[in-house]
Amino acid sequence: MSGAGQRENIFPTRMALTNTKQRLKGAQTGHSLLAKKRDALTTRFRAILKKVDEAKRKMGRVMQLASFSLAEVTYATGDISYLVREQAKAASFKVKAKQENVSGVVLPAFEVDRVAGSDFNLTGLGRGGQQVLKAKEVYAKAVETLVELASLQTAFMILDEVIRATNRRVNAIEHVVIPRLENTIKYITSELDEMDREEFFRLKKVQAKKKRDAQAEDARRAALPIADEISPPTQEIAADDSPGDLLNSKDEDVIF
Amino acid sequence: MASTSFKDRNLLAVIGDEDTVTGLLLAGIGNVDKQKRNFLVVDSKTSVSTIEAAFEEYTERKDIAILLINQHVAEKIRPLVDKYNQAFPALLEIPSKDHPYDPSKDSVLKRVQKLFGD
Repeated sequence: MSGAGQRENIFPTRMALTNTKQRLKGAQTGHSLLAKKRDALTTRFRAILKKVDEAKRKMGRVMQLASFSLAEVTYATGDISYLVREQAKAASFKVKAKQENVSGVVLPAFEVDRVAGSDFNLTGLGRGGQQVLKAKEVYAKAVETLVELASLQTAFMILDEVIRATNRRVNAIEHVVIPRLENTIKYITSELDEMDREEFFRLKKVQAKKKRDAQAEDARRAALPIADEISPPTQEIAADDSPGDLLNSKDEDVIF
Repeated sequence: MASTSFKDRNLLAVIGDEDTVTGLLLAGIGNVDKQKRNFLVVDSKTSVSTIEAAFEEYTERKDIAILLINQHVAEKIRPLVDKYNQAFPALLEIPSKDHPYDPSKDSVLKRVQKLFGD
């Protein structure tokens, strides 16, 4: 019974039993907490998954729109890509990361952080300035969508990883730690029971021996007073009477 | 978990064709700093190794929060993209003008599909 399954290698004592029981309780509490965490994360994960899917599809449309407005710019002003590329200096469109906490998991979320005012020098784009501005706005909107999507995706990646880790832990506790502790408790209990029985048997044995000894003593005691009762008169008799009786009383003494 | 020091990541980077890059630069994501750009224009003459080098550089830089890459460009370095699984910078495959978006090729959507599948 104690050999079945894995168990901790500890000495079977009552203290170890108490400790192991406490650990089992702790493991069970931990298991239920982790299971709850996993459920919360999975709920969140499903929601994000859905949003990611939607956002990816939305992104396709938004980017199409943006490309179209850029085509309008090209039509109105000619190719400006070289100019735009050369004028890029410091980013005016940045993102800011903020944290969000979902049951102990830090999920970053990106926020658009636009520097107000245009640092683009649009000189040289005499014609179609309006189209350029419009394209700029459309692209800014598109990038906002992209940023939103990126934060969803990051959350998705992190949650995925965390859920895996949590699952591993839940399974490890459920299938390894708890059975092992239970086995240990079984082992300790059986060993303690065994020791109890041995102790009981030993006590019984000692008691039986004591009883036997006591009985022997009693028997001896019972025999002794008779001898005592018999011998003093004999001694007296011996003292009083003839020395021939002395031999008899001496014979009595020899018994001891 | 790669969530360390995402506070100072605040730039976007882009690898894409001319139109995509131009549009995104118009929106103002461009950042040039000591000859280090955060955008790469890919055309038919750009070699795969250049794209790979740029991809490696942008994914290793500490100030980039989101890396945008055109899907047809991502196709060229697909093994690298599929292997990439860090949270930061977030990798986003975007459609381009000439290449409509195909959700079945996206490495993230593939994972989504797999998760929904089982």
